[in-house]
Amino acid sequence: MLSVEDLYVRFRTYAGVVHAVNGMTFDVRQGEIFGLVGETGCGKTVTGFAVLRMVPSPGEIVRGRINFRGEDLLQKSETEMQSVRGGRIAMIFQDPSTSLNPVFSIGSQVTRVIRQHVSVGQEEARQRALEMFEAVGLPDPAGVLRAYPHELSGGMQQRAMIALALSSGAELLIADEPTTALDVTIQAQILALLTELQEKQGVSILLITHDLAVVAETCHRVGVAYAGDIVEMGEVNDVLQRMKHPYTQGLLAALPRPTQRGRSLQSIEGSVPDGVHLPPGCPFHPRCPQVMDICRMEEPPLFSVGAEEHVAACYLYGQENAA
Amino acid sequence: MSAAPLLETRGLTKHFASRRGLLSRRRKWVRALDRADLSINRQETLGVVGESGCGKTTLGRAIMRLIQPTSGEVLFEGQDIVPLSNRELRHYRRDMQMVFQSPYSSFNPRFSVMSSITEPLRTHTRLHGEALVSRAHELLEQAGMPGEILYRYPHEFSGGQLQRIAIARALALNPKFIVLDEPTSALDVSVQAQIINLLQKLQREFELTYLFITHDLSVVQHISDRIAVMYLGKVVELSTTEIIFSEPQHPYTQALLASAPSLDPELRRERIILPGGVPDPANPPPGCSFHPRCPMVMPVCSQIEPAFINIGHGHKVACHLVGGEQENPPTV
Repeated sequence: MLSVEDLYVRFRTYAGVVHAVNGMTFDVRQGEIFGLVGETGCGKTVTGFAVLRMVPSPGEIVRGRINFRGEDLLQKSETEMQSVRGGRIAMIFQDPSTSLNPVFSIGSQVTRVIRQHVSVGQEEARQRALEMFEAVGLPDPAGVLRAYPHELSGGMQQRAMIALALSSGAELLIADEPTTALDVTIQAQILALLTELQEKQGVSILLITHDLAVVAETCHRVGVAYAGDIVEMGEVNDVLQRMKHPYTQGLLAALPRPTQRGRSLQSIEGSVPDGVHLPPGCPFHPRCPQVMDICRMEEPPLFSVGAEEHVAACYLYGQENAA
Repeated sequence: MSAAPLLETRGLTKHFASRRGLLSRRRKWVRALDRADLSINRQETLGVVGESGCGKTTLGRAIMRLIQPTSGEVLFEGQDIVPLSNRELRHYRRDMQMVFQSPYSSFNPRFSVMSSITEPLRTHTRLHGEALVSRAHELLEQAGMPGEILYRYPHEFSGGQLQRIAIARALALNPKFIVLDEPTSALDVSVQAQIINLLQKLQREFELTYLFITHDLSVVQHISDRIAVMYLGKVVELSTTEIIFSEPQHPYTQALLASAPSLDPELRRERIILPGGVPDPANPPPGCSFHPRCPMVMPVCSQIEPAFINIGHGHKVACHLVGGEQENPPTV
């Protein structure tokens, strides 16, 4: 339903041009949860913003296509985009307390969004809000409607945000680190809710996160991003159990696991490139333990590795094709 | 474990005043830390886990006397440091250091690495000149940073590098004990791995004792010898890492472990999704403070606070389900 093709986003800053997203290509299918995972600065959040054409200044989308149900969102006018944002595509963020306006009641914020997108009266919008609160498992929906954001806990605020996001019948939900600011028992509640929304209401979800365990538990397919591009993509079990790209392998080896106790953790040498000075060729080559000559010169395309749909951008899996 | 513990807390308690409303004179007390009894053995890592507001940071700060405990004792090598004056404390401060969550706010942006790292040395020792510089070099190298960065400033470093410098500073006075308050929570996983490895290496090299505070269960499992689980200001379970992860007794510990997402499908536990959120610590529920969310709640739980009892081999639990004679006779 959503396909992002060859997306480039850059930021012009005093320190130079930051290449935040460099050729990002992936798609989110009808009724699935697609995980976009990566470390700080890999371009995952900027990609989420780019889908809704909300890249903050001085950022700009340089080129690419963002197809949503057959329409290229990059060709739409600003007015047309306003009905897409919060209408057919909704987005929720890491910190729900900064997404809600502290001086308006939850009810007035939700009904305003509903009336912006659907032509209903105040009373009907209220009813719809109550139904949504019920659907996201908020206790005492009528009480929440009257409450102000500070009166709700973090988990309840995030539920209210999800209700608000989906209240106008969004088909795609972009969730940017939706549980990172929450405690682990509350995170479990919110992840269960997202899974339920996908299963019962068929909402498609683009889940942006840094947490591979969250991906393992909730997503169907996953794309691993590094320096603004996907380096490995496929079914969650393929990517996380039979990872092929040296970066994915390094990332998983760095996580402490029960089976690794007592041993020292593996870490990836060096640090993430800063976006101003991207290395030539494969962006991971300066840190890669298996670097080859070709990696320093040419950027690897995605090669098929093992299972169907499992692809990795690495010359280890297709040097002969590349020559 | 016959040797005396390096550090012990007895009934350590901290209450914060919270005013209700701007003009209200009525004060309410938040029991951020309630009668914590813990002991930390030499060269051991005691992990403290819990969710936000459980009092784990307050525990670390009260032990360091960065905040003055309301009551209770902190015994460091047998000496209670709670009643000591600031002047008397100086002696102990050499042996006890702390590393914080955010490396960015742990440094004065106007101080060079040299000034930050040598501040404890200048305060507590007579080192100066060449000797001071060479000691700073040595500290940085122990923490895996090149000595040349001495005259650079905090903004020139990444989070992981700053955390290494913070660790170097904590080591300056050859401490025996370090409180690590979420030292890797602000870092990416690949950097987190580097810092954890560094901490473990330094522990072996300098025979350090750690109190490791975190909300991350996989990190605490990796680094700790024993683990204390906290909920709403209280320690609810304490045991070795193996026991906590294989046979947790407190329903909160069980739920906490089951809530954490896991990478390995074969290790995935059956989900226990706790209803609701953590209650307001200014107004904790009566009896066991976990009872409103507990899947195994009994009538007694809302009336009587369970004692923190030893169920064998130093495994302590505060729950009526274990050793509560009147309700549940232990099934053997």
